[in-house]
Amino acid sequence: MSDTTNSARAQILNGIRRSLRRGELGGQQRQAVEQRLATPERGPIVARAQLPQAEKVALFCQWAEVNNATVARVEPRDVPAEVASYLARNNLPAEAAVAPSPLLGGYDWESQKLLVLRRGRAEGSDQVSITGAFAGIAETGTLVMASGPDHPVSLNLLPDTHIVVLRESDVVSGYEEVWAKLRDRYGKNNMPRTVNTITGPSRTGDIEQAMELGAHGPRRLHILVVRD
Amino acid sequence: MRTILAAAMVTSVSALSSERSAPPRRVALFVTCLVDLFRPAVAFAAVKLLEEAGCTVEVPPLQVCCGQPAYNSGDRATTRAIAQQVIETFEGFEAVVVPSGSCGGMLSHHYPTLFEDDAVMKAKAESLAGRSYELMSFLVDVLGVRTVSAHYDGAVTYHDSCSGLRELGVKGQPRQLLASVQGLRLREMKTPEVCCGFGGTFCVKYPEISNAMVSEKAADIAATGADTVLAGDLGCLMNMAGKLQREGSPIQVRHVAEVLADMGDIAPIGEAERGRPEGKR
Amino acid sequence: MQSTAHDFKENVGTALADPNLQDSLAKLKVGFSERRRQAAERLPEFEALRDRARDIKNHALANLDFYLEEFERKVTALGGHVHWAPTAADARQIIGDLCKSAGARTVAKSKSMVAEEIALNEHLEGLGIAPIETDLGEYIIQLRHEPPSHIIAPAVHLTKDQVADTFLEHHAPLGFTKRLTERNDLVAEARYVLRQKFLEADVGLTGANFLVAETGSSMLVTNEGNADLSNTLPRMHIVLASIEKVIPTLEDAAVLLRVLARSATGQESSAYTTLNTGPRRDSDLDGPSQYHVVLLDNGRSSVLGTEMQDMLRCIRCGACMNHCPVYGAIGGHAYGWVYPGPIGAVLTPQLIGVDEAGDLPNASTFCGRCESVCPVRIPLPGLMRHWREREFERHLTPRAVRQGLALWSFLARRPKLYRRVTQVANRMLALFGRADGRYRKLPLAGGWTQFRDFPAPPAGGTFHAQWARHGGARVRP
Repeated sequence: MSDTTNSARAQILNGIRRSLRRGELGGQQRQAVEQRLATPERGPIVARAQLPQAEKVALFCQWAEVNNATVARVEPRDVPAEVASYLARNNLPAEAAVAPSPLLGGYDWESQKLLVLRRGRAEGSDQVSITGAFAGIAETGTLVMASGPDHPVSLNLLPDTHIVVLRESDVVSGYEEVWAKLRDRYGKNNMPRTVNTITGPSRTGDIEQAMELGAHGPRRLHILVVRD
Repeated sequence: MRTILAAAMVTSVSALSSERSAPPRRVALFVTCLVDLFRPAVAFAAVKLLEEAGCTVEVPPLQVCCGQPAYNSGDRATTRAIAQQVIETFEGFEAVVVPSGSCGGMLSHHYPTLFEDDAVMKAKAESLAGRSYELMSFLVDVLGVRTVSAHYDGAVTYHDSCSGLRELGVKGQPRQLLASVQGLRLREMKTPEVCCGFGGTFCVKYPEISNAMVSEKAADIAATGADTVLAGDLGCLMNMAGKLQREGSPIQVRHVAEVLADMGDIAPIGEAERGRPEGKR
Repeated sequence: MQSTAHDFKENVGTALADPNLQDSLAKLKVGFSERRRQAAERLPEFEALRDRARDIKNHALANLDFYLEEFERKVTALGGHVHWAPTAADARQIIGDLCKSAGARTVAKSKSMVAEEIALNEHLEGLGIAPIETDLGEYIIQLRHEPPSHIIAPAVHLTKDQVADTFLEHHAPLGFTKRLTERNDLVAEARYVLRQKFLEADVGLTGANFLVAETGSSMLVTNEGNADLSNTLPRMHIVLASIEKVIPTLEDAAVLLRVLARSATGQESSAYTTLNTGPRRDSDLDGPSQYHVVLLDNGRSSVLGTEMQDMLRCIRCGACMNHCPVYGAIGGHAYGWVYPGPIGAVLTPQLIGVDEAGDLPNASTFCGRCESVCPVRIPLPGLMRHWREREFERHLTPRAVRQGLALWSFLARRPKLYRRVTQVANRMLALFGRADGRYRKLPLAGGWTQFRDFPAPPAGGTFHAQWARHGGARVRP
């Protein structure tokens, strides 16, 4: 850190303290704030998503569809067939970039002879991607993706069509449960580089305030909700 | 018919009153400077409604203005001086009733914020704030009036003046009372809660913007098919009347208190008085 | 960007005479407010969430230094860099240097109001670096060399046909020589053109909706996914955020996210909400190898602890302008600088000076609709009034207004004299207005009678005169 950076930093921090008419936080005041940071308080609970698991999953599906995603509820053994069938139904190539993720590992992809899968990140030319999901949020039908070697972020964004495999047991009520799950998985102070939450396909309302799908990200989002 | 209704009203008021912890009965009327100067009928209507609901109404003679012109122009010193004057004028009354949402909001919301550095005045301002009411809200929420004895033959639409609506929660009260007016049909605008563009000095400082706003309001009013527009604030009413009349619209503009007090036969705002033909002085 | 806030009145004239703009505004006034209302009604907890959102931002502001340091610590621990920029010039310099260090020729930019505030594009262009706006609305206005007219819908003032003409002009050299007529074709063409830019860009620059101190994450909310491409494909990601964007925890972010999308567009959730925390990890298959956060003050720290502090709670949802009848009449450009509408009327005087932007806080009826929908309950009319007070103190209020006010206040403080003067005025107005009941012209009231008739009082005197004649206080038998 150079001297200029240091002085700029001091200038801003001291300016804040001067305006707040105090020095650097100390004593009980500091303890209270540190405590708040260490044990985050939840805000008002959104009642509509406080449901038994099965109803939570149903709520997730309902909101995902409201937000222009399509949803198929399937048994684990039917996952590869549903993917192939979805691509065929929509006249899409039977080729996809796939996340090298254990979330997608347990399915018999070989059963779909025509499906060509390439594991890795997405390239500009990829038309279809298939990924798992870290969680689904029932409150709004939102998917949560955590980046890592098993889930390159580009798969969520570059292809025109994004197919997501979400296990029913990974559906939670709201953001708060997602945060808890992230802290569990990665440790409290160690977030993955990117957490994408995705609610429906990419969209824009920038021309005449009318919603159009497929602005920069996928224009189709198909979610396979898998019983487990 | 009218007598029966009046009797029913008195009964319902007294029945309700007996259930409450004695609502204020000695009431001061804050006339407001616009009503005093341009539309005295509003104050007479307010007196009538309050007396019919069992109040004794007094009008402190040295009252002037609530100070909004200075307050909204950033002249805090003048505002404080005027507020102090108003606070002293209305000391000792159980309730101060104002036939205007914006002046009412000034007394009940803004006065206490003017005296953060003066504990004595702040206490007095808070006392006044606690005793101040907009007329519709006082009649319905405090006195428990549910019906009035009035007749108005026509379709009316009601504009929610901003301060009354957002600072004082005046929304259902006037509509509830209007529902009891014989012959009156209420037709809502698409956006009754959108500002008419008056805004005190705003309408002369930014006349083009104000005009765009009131033109839209006039169109919304006209689209209801109503023949009368009502509101609870004279500033808004003068603005809407001025625009409608400039456009040649026959829609009548009146303060809601006038209709509720069965004074719907007087000339509407901005119209010549009947029985005094043009040229006859 | 060059301010035209001092030409507010001329800007208003232009805006009111622009039929395309007026069409767009007619749509905006109904669309946004109706969608927000429905979204709020669908969520019974909405008002409680607004209270909580306000409290979270107040808490963060009261401990801003602590949370900024905490944020910096987390970012640094994960291999990111935090840069402190007291002024706009500092921020421009830092970003310019970072881009140069990356050997950048193009920068993929995701919509950032703070970047507009510091006029970043002009600076980068001066360095020979091409900033590419990737938000569709921002892209359109960048091609047209126009400033944004709305903080979340920057091209809301334009029609589809105007966009089609702009695309034809700029995309023809790329081989798109057909003038498009459908919205989805326009979106698809922009997607194709910008996709190439994304793949070529050396640096991705985004703003941030929130900075989370707990995790050192920057949080971005978009519908298009452009911010996510900007922070994934290029090798350097720069986040430009003002200091008041920091909030304590992810739980706090959950509350703010719930009120943000609903207030902004009436959506239950925006399509993409992204948390970025540091550069790509060693084993990651994509993502930027460098992650920088530039924290901009630009006068904000001096607002803390003043009567204006509430403006720093703003989360830039745009609800205040969507519900403002003044914005609805004149659109965003008339405000003359980066932030339009009610929040612009309180921010702009702070950021570029009240003598430059003095009209903005005055051009309001104080109708209070902005405050009634603000997700963090900023008392916008109250803040505008504070600006008017500062203008009055500094004698910036126009002379005619001051003189009128002085005369009125002289009278208002002398009730007896006031009474006599108003009685005379009432009689004159009643007498001369008697025939029609109103005036088409009235001396000293040109601002009124230019567009409206002025109602005359009926004969009989002021209320107080009549009341006195009737014997004053009485009890009806």
